[in-house]
Amino acid sequence: MKNNKTKKQEAKQYEAYVKEFTPKPKVLVNGVKAFITGGLICAAAYAVQTWLIRTMNLGEDAAKTWVTVLLICTAQLLTGLGWFDTLAKFCGAGCIVPITGFANSMVSPAIEYKAEGPVLGVGAKLFSVAGPVLVCGITASVVAGLIQWCMR
Amino acid sequence: MEYIKVFVTGGMICLIGQLLLDLTKLTAPRILVIFVVSGAVLQILGLYEPLVEFGKSGATVPLPGFGYALAKGAMEAVTEKGIMGALTGGLSSAAAGITAAIGFGYVVALLFSPKSIR
Amino acid sequence: MNHQRGKQSIVFSNRPYVVGAAAVVGVKEGQGPQRKWFDFILEDDIFGEKTWEKAEGKMLKKAIDLALGDGRVPEKQVDLLLGGDLINQLMIANYAARDLQIPFLGLYGACSTMTESLIMGSVFIDGGYASNAVCAASSHYCTAERQFRMPLEHGNQRPPSAQWTATASGSMVLSGRRSPGRNIRISAATIGRVVDPGIKDVNQMGAAMAPAAVDTLLTHFRDMDRTPSDYDVILSGDLGNIGKNILIDMMEKQGCPVTEQYNDCGALMYTDSQDVHSGGSGCGCSASIFSGRVIKEMRQGTLRRALIMSTGALLSTISSGQGESIPGIAHAVVLEAEGGE
Repeated sequence: MKNNKTKKQEAKQYEAYVKEFTPKPKVLVNGVKAFITGGLICAAAYAVQTWLIRTMNLGEDAAKTWVTVLLICTAQLLTGLGWFDTLAKFCGAGCIVPITGFANSMVSPAIEYKAEGPVLGVGAKLFSVAGPVLVCGITASVVAGLIQWCMR
Repeated sequence: MEYIKVFVTGGMICLIGQLLLDLTKLTAPRILVIFVVSGAVLQILGLYEPLVEFGKSGATVPLPGFGYALAKGAMEAVTEKGIMGALTGGLSSAAAGITAAIGFGYVVALLFSPKSIR
Repeated sequence: MNHQRGKQSIVFSNRPYVVGAAAVVGVKEGQGPQRKWFDFILEDDIFGEKTWEKAEGKMLKKAIDLALGDGRVPEKQVDLLLGGDLINQLMIANYAARDLQIPFLGLYGACSTMTESLIMGSVFIDGGYASNAVCAASSHYCTAERQFRMPLEHGNQRPPSAQWTATASGSMVLSGRRSPGRNIRISAATIGRVVDPGIKDVNQMGAAMAPAAVDTLLTHFRDMDRTPSDYDVILSGDLGNIGKNILIDMMEKQGCPVTEQYNDCGALMYTDSQDVHSGGSGCGCSASIFSGRVIKEMRQGTLRRALIMSTGALLSTISSGQGESIPGIAHAVVLEAEGGE
């Protein structure tokens, strides 16, 4: 048996060797796509928000919340129709990083495990990807609150 | 002018995400977590609020904005209600979004079936 | 008489006949360059079933039924069914075996299952423990993808090294007796060792399996005292474009170049325009090309002696979740077309 150290070294060497054969991701093209599509989603959200404030006489906070809800519902509907993953293939982080990606990450596993029933299938799997996001986000918010309390 | 600021801010945040996807081995779920937590941390440090003032939706719509909203809610609630605010503030500030995502997501998942390869 | 050659290779003195074979593939595979070699192409990947798993089970059974029909062997005369798939606890093969009522031994070798079952079947028939045996393997994009990676509808970009799990099943009927006009025999096999080069990235399967494939190939040539030029074709299972190039490079460095007659089923399965990145993978990828293309070409007489080698990445969702590296394996089988028409 080889010891762990040489094994690790060999693995590293092999990984470097494999890299020679692996095509590089198109970082520039992907980056430009993500920048533009992500920017467009945010700009569209801002447009809707401004429109809501102007025509519906909503306050800024209420308008923001409505926009968030709209974005989430749209992304989830697109996921249900099977279009979101096609969109994500093009946009990459452009639609994964906005709240739309979070919405997609809830519906996609839930649809997938539909055959396991409405409780343990859909119900549980809604959180298989989004769960960690909520757990970490909410924990961070508690920490933020505690820090604020200590500094008062 | 406002729209350009929104577009550039949102675009930049997504670009960072894309670079993380392409240049590191991080998978999409991990990136989502990193973004939400970093939004919260930046808000604790007082750095995200200026970005929101500059980029508006460009800073709130991407996931760091979600972390920012959670952290901001908790911090404001603490100022108003004391220590209990640390527990209630975060979720109540993002309640509409989370509830919509869960409720509508559940309905969508029940209505649609997974599609095969395109 | 000793049937062993070296430590890992065996030769069959009775050389079992491959009397029937069939390949069933999904929609995307049916649009690919191998289209004309497949016996049945699904119109819809759900195949009229409620779940993807049931659809895959039906697809596997279809491949077995077609292979039995092709070999004109009635189901009742089959003594043994050997096969497997990728889904937890061999769910798919169990479904197919439940419907067929043939004595069943389930095998798991990840994507190496097709040659694994061919070796097992040949041993049974060569030793006289079975008269007719069916060897089969299956994979389905929609069942494997959600088990090993992400849900289908999850928005994501696949890295350039990712491989596409083929929706495909392949099946061969082995027999101790030749049937008229069919004369393909299994003459030898090399059982692979597990080789783990330390790759942890589940999107680098070809690279994880290539060293195992190289190990099996070199062992085979040494044990059998042969060279690559003794074969008309050497086909590996699902190394994909990246793994294929790694294998070619490694074999050359070992002083045993294979470029001329070598190819890989994963690299053959799709065209670049089908956007599958590094090519196909899954048990069905090699199973369908071996059962579809290789057998047909041998019957047509374009190939005389073929070395087929399915390759497997022995990972599980638990092992990849715990950050363990991916062990690879490869088993090789020698097919020979006998006599001219």
